[in-house]
Amino acid sequence: MSSEIIHSEIKNKLLDLYQNNHEVLKNGSPDYINKIREKAIERFRELGLPDKKNENYKYTDLKKEFDNGYKTYLSPKNIKFDMKEIFSCDVPDLNTKVILLLNGWYYDRENLLTELPGGAIIGSFQKASEIYPELVKKHFAQYADIENEGSVALNTAFVKDGIFLFVPKGVIIEKPIQIINVLMDEEEGFTQHRNLYILEENSQASIVVCDHTLSASNFLTNSVAEFYVGQNAHLDYSRIQNEHNGSKQISHLFFHQERDSNVTANTISLHGGLIRNNISVHLDGEGCENNTYGLYLTDKGQHIDNHVFIDHAKPHCISNQLFKGVLDDFATGAFNGKILVRRDAQKTQAYQANNNILLTDDADIKTRPQLEIYADDVKCSHGATVGQLDENALFYMRARGINKKEAKLLLMYAFAHEIIQKIKVPALKDRITDLVEKRLRGELSRCNFCQMHCCNS
Amino acid sequence: MLSIKNLHANIESKEILKGINLEVKAGEVHAIMGPNGSGKSTLASVLAGRELFTVTEGKVTYQGKDLFELSPEERASEGIFLGFQYPIEIPGVSMVNFMKTAVNEQRKHRGLEPLSSSDFLKLMREKKELVELDSNLTNRSVNEGFSGGEKKRNEIFQMAMLEPKLAILDETDSGLDIDALRIVANGVNKLKSPYNASIVITHYQRLLDYIVPDFVHVLYDGKIIRSGGKELAFELEEKGYDWLKKGIVV
Ligand SMILES: Nc1ncnc2c1ncn2[C@@H]1O[C@H](COP(=O)(O)OP(=O)(O)OP(=O)(O)O)[C@@H](O)[C@H]1O
Ligand SMILES: [Mg+2]
Repeated sequence: MSSEIIHSEIKNKLLDLYQNNHEVLKNGSPDYINKIREKAIERFRELGLPDKKNENYKYTDLKKEFDNGYKTYLSPKNIKFDMKEIFSCDVPDLNTKVILLLNGWYYDRENLLTELPGGAIIGSFQKASEIYPELVKKHFAQYADIENEGSVALNTAFVKDGIFLFVPKGVIIEKPIQIINVLMDEEEGFTQHRNLYILEENSQASIVVCDHTLSASNFLTNSVAEFYVGQNAHLDYSRIQNEHNGSKQISHLFFHQERDSNVTANTISLHGGLIRNNISVHLDGEGCENNTYGLYLTDKGQHIDNHVFIDHAKPHCISNQLFKGVLDDFATGAFNGKILVRRDAQKTQAYQANNNILLTDDADIKTRPQLEIYADDVKCSHGATVGQLDENALFYMRARGINKKEAKLLLMYAFAHEIIQKIKVPALKDRITDLVEKRLRGELSRCNFCQMHCCNS
Repeated sequence: MLSIKNLHANIESKEILKGINLEVKAGEVHAIMGPNGSGKSTLASVLAGRELFTVTEGKVTYQGKDLFELSPEERASEGIFLGFQYPIEIPGVSMVNFMKTAVNEQRKHRGLEPLSSSDFLKLMREKKELVELDSNLTNRSVNEGFSGGEKKRNEIFQMAMLEPKLAILDETDSGLDIDALRIVANGVNKLKSPYNASIVITHYQRLLDYIVPDFVHVLYDGKIIRSGGKELAFELEEKGYDWLKKGIVV
């Protein structure tokens, strides 16, 4: 009973926050956004935030995480930092353009939108909603599940800035676009960036997103990204989560795939106190392929919860899910992979696997596949394993002179390798290989310097 | 070099080794034979340091040191090599990475600099030729999908790479074709010097045509019940083990 009261208080606090900042929120956003904003806050009023009683949040109490009194960023905060200094690291000088969000706001306030070769556009979501209203209106809040997800409704109600990417018909962006979400402040902060990626038909892009904390204070992020992937378009999305362990992040990715499109999304979680990844894929045309992969390497008190939902709405689509994790110390986690095959989605192929290694008795993972199949001509499989490092393999290596620690590392690395080798961009693959190796060796800590170029080629 | 005195070992409180005595001097080749389940692999594993087995009694000294004071990796770096009866597959760990790590860890133990990549690859090429190992095998994960014979050949390759002082080969000859058998034997014979020794566990007198042992021991029910020269192997081939078992006073 008493916890109910506290929880509804959190909801009220957030509703108050909205009410008190109504004008600030509306200013700078076009009407069509503000209309959706109003609807979203009403929906949030009904939904609130999920706690463990919600089947989908059984292992991660979101309500609790929001009740922190952190400050929000309703306008861009002017934190100047020398990019060169922050990014100076083992990789040579910054030469490729890196896109930066600082506490949820597009960092380069002088160039809010940048044109890329072929007429593609990358920049600030807020600016784009003003300059390209038709485009944004067509896709914004079309794929994100405001109806059922309280935290998505909340994000939508507070929508301000984030990343906007538009790749027009037939345009192929050769070089991966690197986006870094930087959290930095003296005070504890709560950010909710909102991102929109539009890939028109026959276009191609590869995107690398890194999440980082550059100061020691605690942070909470509740982010939403929507991806529209048009007919026969190809999207390669990699995410590296490397915030410090005093940070918590809830990330929602919504992929909408049109006919014959192809999406590979790879989420590599290295650091972060609490991570909840909601990845939702809607296969809305025939002949789609979706690959959703994840790797999580956690220790100490980290908590990771990956929640995947693949909606096979049309026939002849293929989806592959592979999530692998190594949990050390008293780290905890959950994996939930739901596959829905609708009645019309004949000839669906949907595969799912979740493999875990627990390095201690205190580490714990809950893994749960969920298959709902309404079509009869489908190929589906799922499998989950939770185990330890292979003792026989360890002994074999030690019998060749490899010390126990190194032998364990080789095995963990081998385990992680299956995910890393799915990364298509070679330079990125090398970089992640390196990061993962460092992480497994315990050499990758929260770091203001070297690790920033997570993905630069 | 190796001295085993009254060695007893258990697994899950079941006694497998029941008082083994064996002296191996530098320059010698010992063959161990014996029926299935008699404890041959257990003995080899205990010598290599497998923690699955508990040593309950006895003493083993290797080059003057108490063997049980050493971890498996230290034993390996001190020159003990176990050729596994059932080599382990390690998906995702490449042969190159595995061998490079092993060679350099052993070098580190001996106070040597790690081999450079080019020196390492050269060494690997040499040894591959020596044991006629298919080049493709070293581009794969350790033993993954190797045929039975390929796995055994890979053991010999690893032995050639690591140049041990004491090689314990557990049925490395089983499942090998005649050519491979010759190669395995060659590997052992090349290693043979006044400073090295081998213990060869086998079921077949055939191998001993190629590797001429100085001693043959029969292990039965956790004990060495008979030792002799190479002629003992012929006798076993002819008569089996029954005549020896009968002689045992329980
Ligand atoms: N991991 C284990 N758990 C339980 N019992 C075991 C284990 N390993 C070996 N044993 C038992 O120990 C005994 C000796 O086995 P070992 O493998 O040493 O025999 P071996 O002489 O090498 O036989 P083979 O000729 O068939 O290779 C057998 O009875 C076997 O079942
Ligand atoms: Mg055996």
